[in-house]
Amino acid sequence: MQLTEKLLSSFLAFELDIDINSSVHHLRTNAIKNFEKLGFPNRKLENWKYTSLNQIIKEDYTVFSKKRNVIDFKRVQDYFIDNIESYKIVFVDGFYDPFLSQTSHDGLDICIMSAALNKPKYSNLINKYFNKAAASEDSLTSLNTAFSKEGAYIYIPKKNVLEKPIEIIHFATGNEAALMLQPRNLIIVEESSEVEIIETHQSLTVNSVFTNSVTEIFAQKNSKVDYYKIQNDVISSSLVDNTYITQKRNSDVKVHTFSFGGRLTRNNLNFYQKNPSINSTMKGLTIIDYDQLVDHHTLVHHSNPNCESHQDYKGIYSGKSTGVFNGKIIVDKIAQKTNAFQQNNNILLDDKSTINSKPQLEIFADDVKCSHGCTIGQLDQDALFYLRARGIPKKEAKALLTYGFANNILESVNIPELKFRIKKIIAKKLGVNLGFDL
Amino acid sequence: MLTIDNLHVSVEGKAILNGINLDVRAGEVHAIMGPNGSGKSTLAAAIAGNESYEIVKGDILFKGENIIELSPEERAHRGVFISFQYPVEIPGVTVTNFIKTSINSNLKARGENEMPANKMLKKIREKAALLEIDSKFLSRSLNEGFSGGEKKRNEIFQMAMLEPSISVLDETDSGLDIDALKIVAKGVNKLKNKDNAVIIITHYQRLLDYIIPDYVHVLNEGKIAKSGNKELAHELEERGYDWIK
Repeated sequence: MQLTEKLLSSFLAFELDIDINSSVHHLRTNAIKNFEKLGFPNRKLENWKYTSLNQIIKEDYTVFSKKRNVIDFKRVQDYFIDNIESYKIVFVDGFYDPFLSQTSHDGLDICIMSAALNKPKYSNLINKYFNKAAASEDSLTSLNTAFSKEGAYIYIPKKNVLEKPIEIIHFATGNEAALMLQPRNLIIVEESSEVEIIETHQSLTVNSVFTNSVTEIFAQKNSKVDYYKIQNDVISSSLVDNTYITQKRNSDVKVHTFSFGGRLTRNNLNFYQKNPSINSTMKGLTIIDYDQLVDHHTLVHHSNPNCESHQDYKGIYSGKSTGVFNGKIIVDKIAQKTNAFQQNNNILLDDKSTINSKPQLEIFADDVKCSHGCTIGQLDQDALFYLRARGIPKKEAKALLTYGFANNILESVNIPELKFRIKKIIAKKLGVNLGFDL
Repeated sequence: MLTIDNLHVSVEGKAILNGINLDVRAGEVHAIMGPNGSGKSTLAAAIAGNESYEIVKGDILFKGENIIELSPEERAHRGVFISFQYPVEIPGVTVTNFIKTSINSNLKARGENEMPANKMLKKIREKAALLEIDSKFLSRSLNEGFSGGEKKRNEIFQMAMLEPSISVLDETDSGLDIDALKIVAKGVNKLKNKDNAVIIITHYQRLLDYIIPDYVHVLNEGKIAKSGNKELAHELEERGYDWIK
């Protein structure tokens, strides 16, 4: 059976399992209709020109894992940030794992979507925010909305500066030959609150996993959100990450996306600025090899004056890997004094690696500063010789240059333990044993 | 220590060096002078092992071993150091990070343990002081936005850290004001001892007022046209290069 048909018929079974009288259910039914109409995106669509899901959706995925699988903490502890206190929201094969998690209801809610969707005390917030930022016309977002059931739910009330970061981790055990996961995260950060979030998707075996994730983030007045996506999954896993961020006045949201692993990774990162004086930052570092593909599609919609957006994406491609960067910036006529910067720099290490880079600027205001730039090159041979002449072997010299190229993306990571972990992943990825700092 | 025997080097098929012979013993300072295009920097690149420079004929013996087939890093591991005329800017890699990686790579290649962090920092501070390098400078990206003088001082700082057996200083004096020149010369003189050797490649005589050479060689059209003592440098300063042909 085709995956599309399988999903459509699974929806009927899914409805038997959930409360169809809940306020969000009409969103689900509308969403499945939209997905039925559009189906999976294909390469005829401009937005999917360079990225084909064909091979991914051919596999026979289990749409809902049948049983809850338990994993031992020791087996997965390396995927948590070391030496640091954190809140943890952990899922295993799509089910919440209370043993690996550390949630909280102490003056805030760091918990799970299934509770938020079902318990009456959350219904006001769910009605106000759920599916309000996500693009209802997008087929994969609709698919996720239709099956929305579980994921992270984070509500930070006014004036809370969280001292501990929140880790959201989705594990797949490989107990199913092929598993499709559709986590749904909702994050609401109220006025003058600050939060750091780290999101990881990690498969524990080489069985296929296809994750179609949707995250909605609402950053209210004067709030600050630092969001880190660690995409270092095994080579048999694919991820479509749809993130929608709505920002209010004076809020500051930064999203760092580190893409090192996986078979196919597609990031749809969307920022909507709803008031003046907003700052939005997107940073990305992609280091891939073999047949891997990483696709970054960003959108910043400047619809108010005096706002800023900064995008800095860097990619290093080896083997037959492919990168895509498509950065869309819309500046409405009313959005005067907008500062929008976009930079995409790439290094191709092999003849067979590819990057498709496309800035897309739609500017309707006349008093703005917008810039974009894109470079594609190789490692500097003179620099390589310089390092080798100082006794640094070729492989390490290449790694050091690669690290130097990528370094400014790491600089703005504000959690030292996370930065250390990312550096370790980079060193491993480049096959060297270098600490990269002193 | 270093014996260059009938060295012929081509770049992109064009012959640049046409039979260089040079013998440098431990404890000596040699100056190689010559007009632009005479092959001075090519000689430095050939000693360092730059793969763009093809050795057509001849040998480079270092401590009795022919090094012409060795990679640049293998030459460095054996104690060959080049102070580059144009040090490359490497964004994102700090001076400290770079020198640490360099030192430990050399130690590892020689089968020794990595240098402990505290010892490394102590040595960095000591050698930075010798070259009058501010500690803030050490956490900057390597050569990025450095002035000409800062780049050259940084080269000599690296030489001080690595303690090579032979140092080839390629136009280290170019782009230096007189104060920076004195600092660089002081550094080189301080590092000089009976067990190592220095080759100074320069167009002008002025660095040789501060680092006194034992021998001066004049390169012309890829060959050593004349050799002498330090007086030769003064003579070249007065008379130019035209009389040597």
